Amino acid sequence: MSVATPVRPEETSTSASGLRSRAFLSLVKALALTWVRDRSQVFFNLLLPGMFLVLLVSVYGSGEAPTPRVLEVGDVPVLERADPDDFEFDEAADLDVALAALADGDADAAIAQDGGAVTVYYSQTNATLGELALGRLSALVDDANVAVLSEASPQTPVLLLESDAADDRSLEPVQYLAPGILAWGIAISGVFGAAGTIVDWKRDKLLRRLRLTPASAGTFVAARITVSLLVALLQTALFLAVAVAMGLRLSAWTWFAVPLVLLGTAAFLAIGVVLGGIAKTGPGAAGLSNMVTMPMAFVSGAFFAIGSAPSWVQGLSVFSPMRHLNEALQDVVVHGESPVAVLPEAGFMALFAALVALLAWKTFKFDEL
Amino acid sequence: MEAAIEVTDLQKTYRGRKTGEVRAVDGVSFRVETGEFFGILGPNGAGKTTTMEIVEGLRRPDSGQVRLLGRSPWPHSPELSRRMGAQLQSSSFFEFLTAREQIETFAELYGVGRRRAAEMLDKVGLSHKASTRCLKLSGGQQQRLSIACAIVGDPELVFLDEPTAALDPQARRNLWDLMRSINAEGRTVVLTTHYMEEAEALCDRVAIMDAGKILAVGSPAELISELDAPTRITVAVGQLSDERVEELAGGETVSVGEETVVFETHEPRRLLAALAAEGAMEGLAVRTANLEDVFLHVTGREWRA
Ligand SMILES: Nc1ncnc2c1ncn2[C@@H]1O[C@H](COP(=O)(O)OP(=O)(O)O)[C@@H](O)[C@H]1O
Ligand SMILES: [Mg+2]
Repeated sequence: MSVATPVRPEETSTSASGLRSRAFLSLVKALALTWVRDRSQVFFNLLLPGMFLVLLVSVYGSGEAPTPRVLEVGDVPVLERADPDDFEFDEAADLDVALAALADGDADAAIAQDGGAVTVYYSQTNATLGELALGRLSALVDDANVAVLSEASPQTPVLLLESDAADDRSLEPVQYLAPGILAWGIAISGVFGAAGTIVDWKRDKLLRRLRLTPASAGTFVAARITVSLLVALLQTALFLAVAVAMGLRLSAWTWFAVPLVLLGTAAFLAIGVVLGGIAKTGPGAAGLSNMVTMPMAFVSGAFFAIGSAPSWVQGLSVFSPMRHLNEALQDVVVHGESPVAVLPEAGFMALFAALVALLAWKTFKFDEL
Repeated sequence: MEAAIEVTDLQKTYRGRKTGEVRAVDGVSFRVETGEFFGILGPNGAGKTTTMEIVEGLRRPDSGQVRLLGRSPWPHSPELSRRMGAQLQSSSFFEFLTAREQIETFAELYGVGRRRAAEMLDKVGLSHKASTRCLKLSGGQQQRLSIACAIVGDPELVFLDEPTAALDPQARRNLWDLMRSINAEGRTVVLTTHYMEEAEALCDRVAIMDAGKILAVGSPAELISELDAPTRITVAVGQLSDERVEELAGGETVSVGEETVVFETHEPRRLLAALAAEGAMEGLAVRTANLEDVFLHVTGREWRA
């Protein structure tokens, strides 16, 4: 047949594989543009996890031990030796006032001295700070005793106790919070992203239309997955930058976060496809995604150290890809363990992704797309 | 010559948990010749979209045969896709892309370049809207963009599923011109519609469909003339005596109302000439049979699109 507007030969790509990669790239470009222009996606995926990190790190404290507030009842000569950085001193008129302040939680300890007898009252309300105050005050008293003894008998050797926290990562919330929040961020963008996309495809029949082009539906799905993986990497880079600004120290193995994040994303995308297959509308998909990611975040130690969770929670979380991603990231990024140490986690995520993808494939109603 | 489309005895039943069984397509056969403008006309729920999607290869029928440009549409081969273009009932756009980005993406999928994309945008009259997001275009503009995407790959065969539904009359007419020009370029066009006038104005041949079945196929003129329906000629009362009315009716049906005299005649020429000779042309209205009457005839019920 003859057609009035022939396609110019120089515009026609001839080889099938050339055509396929051209189609793939143009779809990646179109979908990436779609993603970037959807501001809610940008906020949700790129900004929200960083904001959570900043928020939680400030809630859990900066990692430096807080200073106990100590009330000085009357004249307490032993305090002359105190390091002003260790305590926050205030004066109390008498012991009753001081004890009332302790009971109200307005102070953490009170100290009185009567000649050689130093009495420390410490708070049960603020048990941690109270004990911290007690510890430091006892050290102060010991210190004073040592000084007195050394002066009295300079030849007698004394033992001096120096203490320092050996495992300083346990002191800094950013070190254990960052991998958890990153795992959570990867999870929500994977699950919400895939579920939302499936529902969108059901609504506007874009996939159906693309099936009628020479590019296969497979090319389109591959392009969509590629965009999700790229987003996950961008999200990881941005998040780690924020975490470093908040005091996270990256290990030399940090680069291994890349395959971990990609595997995790695959697992979360598979979950999202299952949910998107069930949901009928956008809000429905978001609701289902929340129902899955929220409890998962809680059992996976996304927002607090999993070790402090009840044992049944820890048991449940064995099935959560978010926990495995969290722990694997913790190991390589924070603790600097080699990739070999996280192979079990990586293997779990791969297996999980494969099984859920199979489930999605078997249960999906392709007719609706 | 080989037919562009040959469909034999398609059957498709949807089984829904709530809806039960719906026989959407029930024994449909038709043939579309190369270069033809073929219409499938029917009310909502007739089974037009299902038929179209089966022919395009988007759905498998329960039974029946489809030959599309001489091949089976399942599985869909890239070679076949390259020779056909389609506009689906819902306009399928990439959310957030502009008109230009949308058409350029489709151009890439068909392996043609940006120049072709720009030409198509121009052809459908959307060059001035190139930078507008697809979803911000008006209904008519969205349909034009969909059509541009359907023809960007320079197809021999174009499927258009109710492109004018939900458009205002002016936008609909504009789209008619576009569809005519696509057919005039030598492309075979298959159009579904629930507008009688549209089918009559555009299609070389029309299949009238209802409840999953094709009830009649033919050119609009053929279908109407086969009906052998009378032409209704109306004039104002008071211009003719009662005897003259009877004479002019010549034994055919005539009714005299308070304001009009209505003749139903198979010889409209003779009657019109006679009325002209008498000078009894005031309030003249002539209504010939149309596809609506054909529908009434083949289904036994009024058209209710
Ligand atoms: N995916 C589907 N599942 C179940 N029933 C459907 C589906 N699509 C269409 N139908 C039903 O099949 C019949 C024909 O629908 P359709 O082919 O869309 O008709 P038309 O395009 O002529 O309006 C209708 O009764 C419709 O409700
Ligand atoms: Mg329809």
